[in-house]
Amino acid sequence: MDTVIQGIIDGFRMFFSGDPVLWEIILLSGKVSGIALIFSALLGIPFGAFMGLVRFRGRRFVQALIYTGMGLPPVVAGLGVYLLLSRAGILGPLNLPFVPELFTVPAMILAQVIIATPLVAGYTMSAVSEVAPDLRLQVRSLGATPLQVTLAVLREARLGLVVALVGGLGSIISEVGAVMMVGGNIEGQTRVLTTAIMLETRRGNFSLAIGLGMVLLLLSFIINYGVTQLQGKGN
Amino acid sequence: MGAIFELESLKKAYAGRTVLDLQHLTVERGEILALVGPSGAGKSTLLRLLNFLEPPDSGELRYKGVAAAGVPLELRRQVTAVFQRPALLRDSVESNVAYGLRLRGQRDCRNQVQAVLQRMGLEKLHRAPARTLSGGEAQRVALARAVVLQPEVLLLDEPTANLDPYNIGLIEEVVKEIHAQRGVTVVLVTHNIFQARRLADRVGLLLNGGLIEIGPSAQFFEDPRDPRTRAFVRGEMIY
Repeated sequence: MDTVIQGIIDGFRMFFSGDPVLWEIILLSGKVSGIALIFSALLGIPFGAFMGLVRFRGRRFVQALIYTGMGLPPVVAGLGVYLLLSRAGILGPLNLPFVPELFTVPAMILAQVIIATPLVAGYTMSAVSEVAPDLRLQVRSLGATPLQVTLAVLREARLGLVVALVGGLGSIISEVGAVMMVGGNIEGQTRVLTTAIMLETRRGNFSLAIGLGMVLLLLSFIINYGVTQLQGKGN
Repeated sequence: MGAIFELESLKKAYAGRTVLDLQHLTVERGEILALVGPSGAGKSTLLRLLNFLEPPDSGELRYKGVAAAGVPLELRRQVTAVFQRPALLRDSVESNVAYGLRLRGQRDCRNQVQAVLQRMGLEKLHRAPARTLSGGEAQRVALARAVVLQPEVLLLDEPTANLDPYNIGLIEEVVKEIHAQRGVTVVLVTHNIFQARRLADRVGLLLNGGLIEIGPSAQFFEDPRDPRTRAFVRGEMIY
């Protein structure tokens, strides 16, 4: 019990002391998850909207793939990226431009995009499917082009899109398996809050781990609160 | 005057069931044409075709002489519809009414929106979220949203079904007004023969996807040619 209380006190002290090492870890966590979320949204929202609006052969098959992706264990995503990028892997030996190296921030972002994109796409698909077909017909009747119809449906489904973003973010900011595998928890380079918590717990520095955990929760709350502001007034 | 819509041998089927099979029909520019008939007669399907929302399976549908399949956006935007259920956007009344104008790239439409809202008796509700409105108010917003576009053709699909007399009266008044002032062509689908009688210049009876009879309102109601029309205007069941 003392450890927990001491941890909470240390957490507050750490947060307000402006410890540069801690702030570096916080900022890197925010950066990795933030950039990954932006890419996931750019890929997942249009794809989910397409899946929700267009009926085509094999749609159920693609749907099943998305659902599988939504439940993808992060370590499996991490393993995939590891095998893709490692020197002995698929893309690693080719030294292609735009292909990140293992144990770098871009590699961590890539793994998190793979984890979050199916979630964003799946939630978007479900939100867009819920928008009444009547509304789409009415919007077209008012003179909307196909693009304008899609935008109207996305706007109508905005509460669902917020859930998609929150779900995507939740899956990556709290994730440790993949970032550990492809980032390597290198101090000052790829150490983020989750990997730092794991390390400190293993070292027996429980109060530090608890403090970091509190910081992670607070960071998650701040970002989620920001995202909920997207849903607009009255919702 | 001349025809604004011309339909020839028009067919539409859903899942193998023919819902519309029209030999010939024209909609004259500037008229109010009412299409009456029992549920499932193909009235709403016809309206969706006239609004270019669905293509016909076969036959010809021309708007101002242009085949429906190739109607460019500018012509398509001259035609708009109000449906039985007012599908409003999850937004304020004002935004809903401005929506069609914004689609057309118009930025500042406050005055137009204000004027239409006033005519519809909605000025006090302009900031209200659309989903808090009553059925009658919502349908007035739907009509305002169509009228503000100053369409050449207004399609109305059972616009006053389930509404109270006040809202029915107001909606009919506005339809008559824009028809008289701007010469808007109106195609009204209804199973309410009294409404058809109050509003229409010409009335047509649709039954099982086919046009049974069409003629000037007075003739249609006073001296119908077809026994099925006679039965329908007397309020008898027809199949």
